[in-house]
Amino acid sequence: MILDVKGLDVDYVSAKGAVRAVNDVSFQLRRGEILGVAGESGCGKSTLIMAIMRLLRPPAALTGGEVWLHPRDGEPVDLAARTDRELRTLRWRRIAVVLQSAMDALNPVARLSAQFADVLKAHGYRDAGKRTAELLEMVGISPDRARSYPHEMSGGMRQRAMIALALACDPELVVMDEPTTAVDVVMQRQILSQILQLRDRLGFSVVFVTHDLSLLVELADRIAVMYAGRIVEIGEAAGIYADPKHPYTKGLRDSFPPLRAPVTKLSGIPGTPPALRDLPPGCAFEPRCARRFGDCAERRPELLPVGGGLAACHLHDRERAHV
Amino acid sequence: MKQGKWRFLTRRVGFYLATAWSAITLNFLIPRLMPGDPASVIVRQLQRQSGESVSPETVAAIQKLFGDPRAGLLQQYWDYLVSIARLDFGLSVSRFPTPVGELLGAGLPWTLLLVGTTTVIAFLLGTGLGIAAGWKPGGRLDGFLSPLSTFLSALPYFWVALIALYVFGLVLGWFPLGGGFDPDLYGGPGFLGSVLEHLVMPAATIVFSAFGGWLLGMRNMMVTAVSEDYVLLGRAKGLSAGRVMFRYAARNALLPSVTGFAMAIGGVLGGALLTEIVFSYPGIGYLLYDAVSKRDYPLMQGVFLLTTLTVLLANFVADSVYVMIDPRTREAGR
Repeated sequence: MILDVKGLDVDYVSAKGAVRAVNDVSFQLRRGEILGVAGESGCGKSTLIMAIMRLLRPPAALTGGEVWLHPRDGEPVDLAARTDRELRTLRWRRIAVVLQSAMDALNPVARLSAQFADVLKAHGYRDAGKRTAELLEMVGISPDRARSYPHEMSGGMRQRAMIALALACDPELVVMDEPTTAVDVVMQRQILSQILQLRDRLGFSVVFVTHDLSLLVELADRIAVMYAGRIVEIGEAAGIYADPKHPYTKGLRDSFPPLRAPVTKLSGIPGTPPALRDLPPGCAFEPRCARRFGDCAERRPELLPVGGGLAACHLHDRERAHV
Repeated sequence: MKQGKWRFLTRRVGFYLATAWSAITLNFLIPRLMPGDPASVIVRQLQRQSGESVSPETVAAIQKLFGDPRAGLLQQYWDYLVSIARLDFGLSVSRFPTPVGELLGAGLPWTLLLVGTTTVIAFLLGTGLGIAAGWKPGGRLDGFLSPLSTFLSALPYFWVALIALYVFGLVLGWFPLGGGFDPDLYGGPGFLGSVLEHLVMPAATIVFSAFGGWLLGMRNMMVTAVSEDYVLLGRAKGLSAGRVMFRYAARNALLPSVTGFAMAIGGVLGGALLTEIVFSYPGIGYLLYDAVSKRDYPLMQGVFLLTTLTVLLANFVADSVYVMIDPRTREAGR
C-alpha cells in the first residue's frame, strides 16, 4: 500500500459559513495501482486530490481526516498533519502532480530546462541537464526542445513535457488532474498509453481524476465515483463499467461514448448536481435518481460492500440483508 | 529566433523615428499656425511688458525660431530641422542672449538627479512591498499596506509638498527651503553635502506620493499571479517559498509594472514640474515654469521638444525591455 486516506473532510469557508466540498472520503491505493476518480464538475474530485497533496488554497481548508503515505523506504507519514515546511522534502520526490492545462501550469516566462532544473536541484540531483534530456526522451520529446518556452510547443507536447516533469524525481505517486482534457482525442490516446507504459516501467502509483468514465476503463485498475463530495461507488474498473451498482455511476457511464465499442445510445443524467450548501437529508442523488424509492429522501445510504466493491445506495439494502 | 528579434527591433526603431519626426514637425508648425506673424506678435508683447523697445538681436532670435515672415514655409522648416540637428534651439528671450540649449543643459542634471533617483526608489520600494502584500492577500501585511497606500495615493502631491516644506523647512528648520544647493559652497568642499541636503525634502515627498501607486499595482498583479496554476505547481515541486514567490509569482506579476516603470522614467522631465516649483529646484520643470511666466517661447519650445523626445525614448526602451523579459511577445513581433 502506498496511500491510505481516512475520513477526509474539506470545507470551503466563506462569510456565509462553511461548505463541505469533500465529505468523509476514505480509500486506499496499492503500490503501482492506477485509481481513477470520476464525477461531474463540482463533485469534489479536484478538491480531494488537492487536499491529498496539501495544496489547498483559501478559502478551501482541510478540516478532518488523515492521509497516510507509505514510502518504499522509511516510516509512514500522515500528510494531513505535516506543516508546509515538513512537506517540502516529500513533495515531488514522493508525490508529483500533472495538472489539467500545461499551458497554465508551466511557468510562461521560463524555459523548459529551467523548470526541470529548479526542481531537480531542489531535490539533490547533480546533472540536471542530463536528467532533463533523459526525461524528455522518455515521453518522446527531442531533448533539444528543453530550450523552448511553453508557448513555443504544441498542446500535446506541453502535456507530455508536464508528465516528464512530474517523473523528474522518480516519485512513488503521481496525481493527475484531468491531464488529457486540453488535448485532442488522438493525443489523448497517445498520452494514456504512455502513462500505462511508464507506470509499468517505473512502478509509480497514479490517482487519475476525470469526468470521463469511459476513459478510466481503459486506464485505471480501480475506479472511485464521487457525487456531492462523497464517494458513492468504488471497485474494479471493469466491474464498475460493466455492472455499475449505483444509479449515478450508470448514468455517468451512459453519458459518454465508449472508446472502443461502437456507440449505442447516449443518455445523460437529468437535472443538475445539488448545491453543497443545501444537501438533501437522504441520498444526495435522490432528486435526480430514476430508481428512487421510499427511504431514499430521508436516510443517507452508507458506503457498503456490494458485489466486489463498495456502493452507497439503498437499492442493495435487501441484497445485503439476505447475505 | 535571433533573426526575428532583430527584425522586431528594427521595425520598432523605424516606428519611433517616424513618431519623433512628427513631434518635431508639430513643434515647428504649431507656433506658425497662430494667427498673424508669431514673431512680431511676440516682439510686440515683449515691448509691452518691458516698456522699452526690443533690441534688433532679440528680434532676429525670435524670427529665427518662429520664422522670418519673408522666407517661405518650406525654407523655414528646413532651417528649423538643420538647427535642431545641431542641437541649436535658438536663444532664450527672458535671459537674452543665452542659448536655450545651454539653459536646458544646465537644468537637465538636476532633474535627472531628483526625479530619476526618486522614480527608481519609489518603484523599488512600492514593487517590493507589493510583492510581499500580494503574496498573502488578506493577510496582516496586506491588510495594513493596501489601505495605507490607497490613502497616500489619494493625497494631492502639491499639498504634501507644501506641508513638508512648512513643517520640516520652516517650522523645524531641518532642511533648506528651496534651491538645489547652497551658492556659497558652489564648487567647494561642502558642495556635495549641500546638494544632498537640498535633495532630501523634494525627493522624500516624491517617493512618499509615488510608491503607493506602485505598491497597489504590483499587489493586484501579484494576487492574480498567486492563484495561477504555475504557482501551484511551484509549490507542489517542493521549492522554497521564496523561490516560488519570486521566480514564479513575482516574475510574472512584474511584467506590466516594468512597462509602467519605463513610462515613468520617460515622464521624469515633465513630471517634476510641481516639485521643482514648490522647492524652487533648478531643474527642467522650474525652467518651464519660468519660461511660461515670462512668455519665453523659444525656451518653452525647447523644453517641450526635450520632454517629447524623452517620452519617446523611454517608450522605445520599454518596448525593447518587454521583448526581453516576456518571451511570448517575441513571437508576436515576428
